[in-house]
Amino acid sequence: MAEPLLSVRSLEVRFRLDGRSMRAVDDVSFDLQKGQTLGIVGESGCGKSVTSLSIMRLLPSPPAQVAAGEVLLEGRDLLKLSEREMRKLRGGRIGMIFQEPMTSLNPVYTCGDQIIEGLRVHSGLSGKAARDRAIELLELVRLPSPEKRIDDYPHQLSGGQRQRVMIALALANDPAVLIADEPTTALDVTIQSQILDLMRDLQERTGTAIMLITHDLGVVAETCQQVVVMYAGSVIERGPVDKIFADPQHPYTIGLMAAVPRMDAGRARLASIPGSLPPPWQNIPGCRFASRCPLADNRCQAEMPRLREVTPGHDVACWKAPIEGAG
Amino acid sequence: MADLLEIQGLTKHFPVRRGVLRRQIGTVQAVTDVSFTLKRDETLAIVGESGCGKSTLGRAILRLLEPSAGTIRLGGEDVTSLDRRALRAARKRMQIIFQDPYGSLNPRMTVREALSEPLLLHGMATPATIRGEVDRLITMCGLSAWHAERYPHEFSGGQRQRVGIARALATRPSLIVCDEPVSALDVSVQAQIVNLLQDLQRELGLAYVFISHDLGVVRHIANRVAVMYLGRIVEEAQTDQLYGNPRHPYTRALLAAAPRADPATARHKPPIEGGTPSAMALPSGCAFHPRCPLAIERCRTERPEIRAVDRNRVACHRADEPVTGTLDQAPGQGSPALLRRLAILERRRAAG
Repeated sequence: MAEPLLSVRSLEVRFRLDGRSMRAVDDVSFDLQKGQTLGIVGESGCGKSVTSLSIMRLLPSPPAQVAAGEVLLEGRDLLKLSEREMRKLRGGRIGMIFQEPMTSLNPVYTCGDQIIEGLRVHSGLSGKAARDRAIELLELVRLPSPEKRIDDYPHQLSGGQRQRVMIALALANDPAVLIADEPTTALDVTIQSQILDLMRDLQERTGTAIMLITHDLGVVAETCQQVVVMYAGSVIERGPVDKIFADPQHPYTIGLMAAVPRMDAGRARLASIPGSLPPPWQNIPGCRFASRCPLADNRCQAEMPRLREVTPGHDVACWKAPIEGAG
Repeated sequence: MADLLEIQGLTKHFPVRRGVLRRQIGTVQAVTDVSFTLKRDETLAIVGESGCGKSTLGRAILRLLEPSAGTIRLGGEDVTSLDRRALRAARKRMQIIFQDPYGSLNPRMTVREALSEPLLLHGMATPATIRGEVDRLITMCGLSAWHAERYPHEFSGGQRQRVGIARALATRPSLIVCDEPVSALDVSVQAQIVNLLQDLQRELGLAYVFISHDLGVVRHIANRVAVMYLGRIVEEAQTDQLYGNPRHPYTRALLAAAPRADPATARHKPPIEGGTPSAMALPSGCAFHPRCPLAIERCRTERPEIRAVDRNRVACHRADEPVTGTLDQAPGQGSPALLRRLAILERRRAAG
C-alpha cells in the first residue's frame, strides 16, 4: 500500500488532574490514505475527540500531555513542529469541522470575512480575487445565493447552513486532510443527510482525505471506507468498513452494533452492554473491557491484548477472537 | 377498552411581542389542531425534527403550557378545564421524563429526598413507610437502595435517567410523557433505558407519549407513530405500517434520511432539499410544499386535511397515488457473524 497521508503511531495522551495522572489515549495507531474517509467511532470517554485534538495540537497543556507517539502528516511529525509552524498547517493542509459551528465561527465577522481571512493568511489571496474565491467555495458547499449570503453573519444562518460555511472554510486552502469531529451530531436528520451527501461529493471532487469522528455507526456505514473502533482510550478493532460490519470481532464492537436500534427490526428487545466504562484513573493491567465482557478470564484481567490481524487488513485487540462455537 | 388519553384539536400558539409597548407582531404556531387517542399499555411516538412542535405538544398535554385551544381528557376527565387545585391532583396521574433529568433534579437534594417529596406531598407514603417506598422505586428502576443516599452529580447519564424515571413513577401515574428520554445517552446505555421503559410498561400498564427524533428508537418502543411537521400531525399509523408503507412524502424523506448502520444497504440517495421554514411564517397550503418532490398547484393553495388512506391517517393531497421508488428495507438484524457472536456472548452472560 502507498505511503499513508496521515499516520498516527502509538499515540499516548495523559491528563494531570488533582494530582492524578490519567491515560486518556493509549497506544493509538492508524493510517489515513489519500482520498479515503476513515471513521473513528466510540462512545463518550473512548478518547476519540482527544485523539483528533492532539493531532491538531489543540489540547490545552497542561493538563494534557502527549506522552508518546508520532503524528506523521506527509512524513512530517506534527508533534515536533513549533506552534508557529502548526498554525500555518491548521486551516491550510489540515481543515477542521466541529460539531457546533456557532462556537467555531466568529459571531462578529461575516461568513465572507472569515473565509477571506483564511485565504489571505494561507494562500496570499486578497481583494476581489479572495472574495470571488470565497463565493466559489460557498457555491461548492451548495449554500443558496452565495453572493448574498457571503455578507451574512453566522447568526443569520440556520444550523445546516452554518455547517456548510464551516466546510467551505475548512476546504478554502485545498487541505490534504479534513478532520471532522461529530460534524452532523447537532443537525436534524434530513439536514444531516444533506451534509453527509455534500462531504461525499466534495471528497470525490477534491480528493481530500477525511478523518470522521463520530459516535454514530449509521454515519460510519454510510460515509467511511475504513473504521477504527475505540474503547476507554484504546483502539480495540480496526479495518475496512464492510469487514467490521459483516464480521465484527471484538465483544465491544459486537455489543455496540447490537445495541443500535434498527429501523427494520420491529418491536424486539434491544441488546445492551451491562456495566459502564472503568474510571480513567483506574490502573488496569489487562483488557479495559474485561469488567463488562462475559468471556473474560484471568488472562484478560492480567494482560492487555495488543491488536493483531485476524484477516488481511482487519485487526482486533482481544484474546478471545475469533469468537466461535462453544467459545 | 376505553381510551386513557383523548386529545382533541389541541393548539398552542405563542404571541411574539416586540418594542416597549410589547405590541404583538406575530404568532409562533407551535402546535395546531392535534388530535389523537392513547390506551393503557400503549406507546404513541411523536416524531419530527427540531421546531416541529413535538416538545410543546408534550408540555401542553400535561398543561405545563396552557393550551390555546382544544381539549385533553385523561381517564374520561377533562383536564383542560381543571382549576389549579384539581390540576395538581390530576398531575399525580400524568408525569414527564426529560432528556436531561439533571436540569430537573435539585443538586442539593439526595435522591432519597428528591423522591420522598412527591410521595409525601401526594400522600402516597407516610413518614413510617417512606423509606421502603423509595427503596422499592429505586430498585424497580435498576438502581440499588444505597444509590438513594447520593446526589445527582454522582450519577452517570444513564443512572440519572433512571432516577428521573423513578421520580416520574413515584405518584403511580397512568400516563408518562417521555420527552427525548434517551437522546443524550450513549447507544449501549440508551438500549438499557429503552428496555427499562418497556419492562415498566408491561409491569405497571403505563401509557407513554414518546417524543423523539430518532426513528430507530421509535421503531423499537412504539405501537403507533405520529409524524409532526411545523406544528401539525402529517401522518399517523401503526408502527409497522408507518415504516413499511409510509404515505406522506415527509415521512418517506425522514425514513430515507436516517442513516442505517449497515454498509451493505447504505444508499446514497439525494436527500430532500432545504430546511424547515419558520413557524412564524408558515407556507400557504400544505406547509411541506416548498420541500416536497410531489407538490402540485393544489398543494400551494389548499391545506390538506388529515384523512384515512390505507391503514394510515395522512394529510396529503397525493397520498392515494402509488409510491414510486420504494424504500429499500434492509433485511434482518445485522450480519450472520454478528448475530452468531452476539448469541455466544449472551449465553455466557446468562450463565454468569
